[in-house]
Parts: sequence; C-alpha cells; structure tokens
Amino acid sequence: MCIAFPGKILSIDPDNFAVIEISGTRREVSLDIVDEPVTVGDYVICHAGYAIQRIDEEAALEKLSFLQELIDNEIY
Amino acid sequence: MKYIDEYRSPDLVRGLLDAVAILAAGIGRDVSLMEICGTHTHAVGRYGLRRLLPGTLRLVSGPGCPVCVTSIGDVDRALHLAGLPGVTFATFGDMLRVPGTGGENLARLRAAGKDVRVIASPADAVRFAEENPARQVVLLGIGFETTAPTVAAAVLRARERGVGNLSVFSAHKTVPQAIRALIADRSLNIDGFLCPGHVSVITGVEAYRMIPQAGRAAAITGFEPADIAEGVLLLLRQIADGRFEVAIQYARGVKAQGNARAREVMAEVFEPGDAEWRGLGVIPGSGLRIRREFEAFDALRRFTLPEIRSAEFRGCRCGDVLRGVMSPDQCGLFGEACTPASPLGPCMVSGEGTCAAYYKYERGL
Ligand code: SF4
Repeated sequence: MCIAFPGKILSIDPDNFAVIEISGTRREVSLDIVDEPVTVGDYVICHAGYAIQRIDEEAALEKLSFLQELIDNEIY
Repeated sequence: MKYIDEYRSPDLVRGLLDAVAILAAGIGRDVSLMEICGTHTHAVGRYGLRRLLPGTLRLVSGPGCPVCVTSIGDVDRALHLAGLPGVTFATFGDMLRVPGTGGENLARLRAAGKDVRVIASPADAVRFAEENPARQVVLLGIGFETTAPTVAAAVLRARERGVGNLSVFSAHKTVPQAIRALIADRSLNIDGFLCPGHVSVITGVEAYRMIPQAGRAAAITGFEPADIAEGVLLLLRQIADGRFEVAIQYARGVKAQGNARAREVMAEVFEPGDAEWRGLGVIPGSGLRIRREFEAFDALRRFTLPEIRSAEFRGCRCGDVLRGVMSPDQCGLFGEACTPASPLGPCMVSGEGTCAAYYKYERGL
C-alpha cells in the first residue's frame, strides 16, 4: 500500500479528480492534497489514490546528467 | 517509464557502487546503515544491492512496512469492527491476510459473508458510504505520513458532502518518533539512515533533524537502483567527513519543505497520540488519533469495543525483524513453515514486508 507511482495527468474533472496514466494503466486519483497547481501533461507521484507531489522534471534530468558527468570524470 | 528507466541504468549504478566501495574502504571500519521503508527493502532485494555492497557495509532493514508494524491489538480491533452487523469495512488489500490473535483474518471474515471491501483509495470509502446510506462504512486507516493525509482528505470530503455513515479506525503511525527509538536502541548502533522517499514528500527534511543531531547520517532516498546507490554514497560521505545532515537524494520528488498542504490537511483531522508498534512497543506521540472536532468520523467513538486480549503468534520473530536486530532467515520458521503462500506473520503476509522481500529475492544468498 505504500508503493507510490509516478504517472502522467490525462484529464482533470471539476471534482478535483484526475485521470492518470501509470505505466500503461489508467487510474483516477484525487488532487486534493497536492500543494502546487498541476495541469494536464504534468507528472505526479501518486499514493493511495491521491497525487502527493508534482515530479520535478528539471531535477530529474539535472541529477542524471550530473551523476553521469561525475562518473565519466571518475570523480565519483 | 519516465525517470525510472534512466535511474536503472547499469552504468550509472556501477559507477556509483564503485564510488561506494572506495569510500567504504577509506572509512576503515564496519558501517551499519538502515533502510526504514519497505519499498527500499524490496528494491534492495530486487536489484541484488546487498550483495554488491562492500563487506564492511551492513544494510539493515528497519520497520518500514505499515502493515507489519500494526500491533496485534489493532489487528484484533479491526477484525472486531469488520465483524459488526451493518458494517462495511474498507481496507487496503494488504491487510486482508494479516492474522489476529485467534488466527482469524479479514479475508476469512469476507469469505464468511462479512462486507469487507478492498479499496485503492480512501476516496472510494466515501463513495461507498454515499451509495449505501443504510450501512456504516468503517475505513481502516493504516500507514505513515504518506497515507494519513489521504485519509484526512477523505474525512474532509465526507464532512463537506454531509456523509454521516463513514468513520475511520485510525492506526496511522508517524516515522520520526520511530527513528528516535531506533537511534536510542543500543543493540542496533546504526550509523546512517536511508530515509523513505515518499514519506518525505510530505514531511520534508524537518522530520529527520534529530538524526544529524544524534551524530548519524541521513539521506532521503528514491527507489530506483541508482537512487539507492547514491543514497548510500551520501551517507558514507557524511560518515567519512564526520559532518552530518539530512541530504536529499530524491530531489525530483522531495522538496526540503515537504508538502505543506498535505500536512495541514493531516493536522486538521488528526492529532498526535501514543501508538503501539509491533516489535517496538508503545512509542509516545507516534500515532495519529482523530481530533474531537471530527469525533463523528472516529470509529473508536462511534462503536463500543470490548476489551480484547491480544497475543502475538508464538515463534514468529517479526518483532525482532522489524527492529532490525534479526534478519528474516534467522527465524526458524522462515521459508519452511512460513512462506508467502502460507504466511504466519505480517512481515511475510505483506507484499512490502521484510520477510516477503527476503523470501522473494534473497533466499540462499
Ligand atoms: S519468517 Fe514468518 S514467522 Fe518468521 S519472522 Fe518472518 S513472518 Fe514471522
């Protein structure tokens, strides 16, 4: 039950529920407790039927390239 | 999937693990790190990370599975509530087979005709209640800071919609108090903690301040192999330098300040109370009970529960496994009398349990 997934928002209804695609399957999740505005196309982390956080794309990509660079330069 | 495959890149993981080996050798003594999240335990097993770490590095599994840490008393109370006439009992699926004192479980109650429903979201329980006004819907609230706000949000929604037949049995637990207890446990001697990524989405770094204060390392870590390898690296670097902090490895999901909105929702409905953890005993202030203002939604106030004499199943060592003092294969029942197909204790019942993870991934290693 604690396993949380990243998924992409496909649509949002007036009741603040969104349809999210999580690795190929669609699920309805509530947006009641995310703390920043999210829109269709955003990725969110979902837990127990609720989106809990927008995924920060920049942070994800930046980290990957940073790690790769450190490894390539044998700093890590 | 987005940002999952990338963090599984073998090159990346190998590079990080090489760095781990170099750092660990430099520290020149044995180091114990604890992962306090069932999802970490499973990821570590699934990718065989325990084997890939240097011999001086011990990775211990902590009390990170919410189903497993639910006390036998709370399991018995849940079973009692689920058995009451007129009650529809809503639960996450992994509680179904957790045995109570008499060996009974929710799945068997359901087979015997009780209305036990598996939900994917606390919002489903609100829906059931609206659709079945003649029934009393009782939602079992278990889990940590990740789940508690979702249950609180469901309660707020129910109140807003005037739903009068929903109540929550709150057996939620909060992670910081448990970590404090683990730090204080001298038999463990943990040098650093891989802090749970998704709990931290809600709590932010604040929840872990006491770890560096106690001279231990902390890194909020994600769930892919590269995340965990980097998390270990961040811990080792703190230990090598003797400078402790709460590092955020999982920056794509976790902000330092956490999710304030979720914390507000949680604090509106719940207040801290003492809670009994399987294996760790009663930890003051580590539970979440429903505030007076929401007593109409509190199953423990709506129904009168009898005194239940609860007792742990003899021979099951889940308590020691959860405290990290014993690994599952040291339990005499592991893999013989106790398997995922016929589990004896919650650590084997729950998909996120440490015994289930070891059975699945680390047998005979
Ligand atoms: S192997 Fe089974 S009996 Fe032993 S500690 Fe784990 S769950 Fe309990």
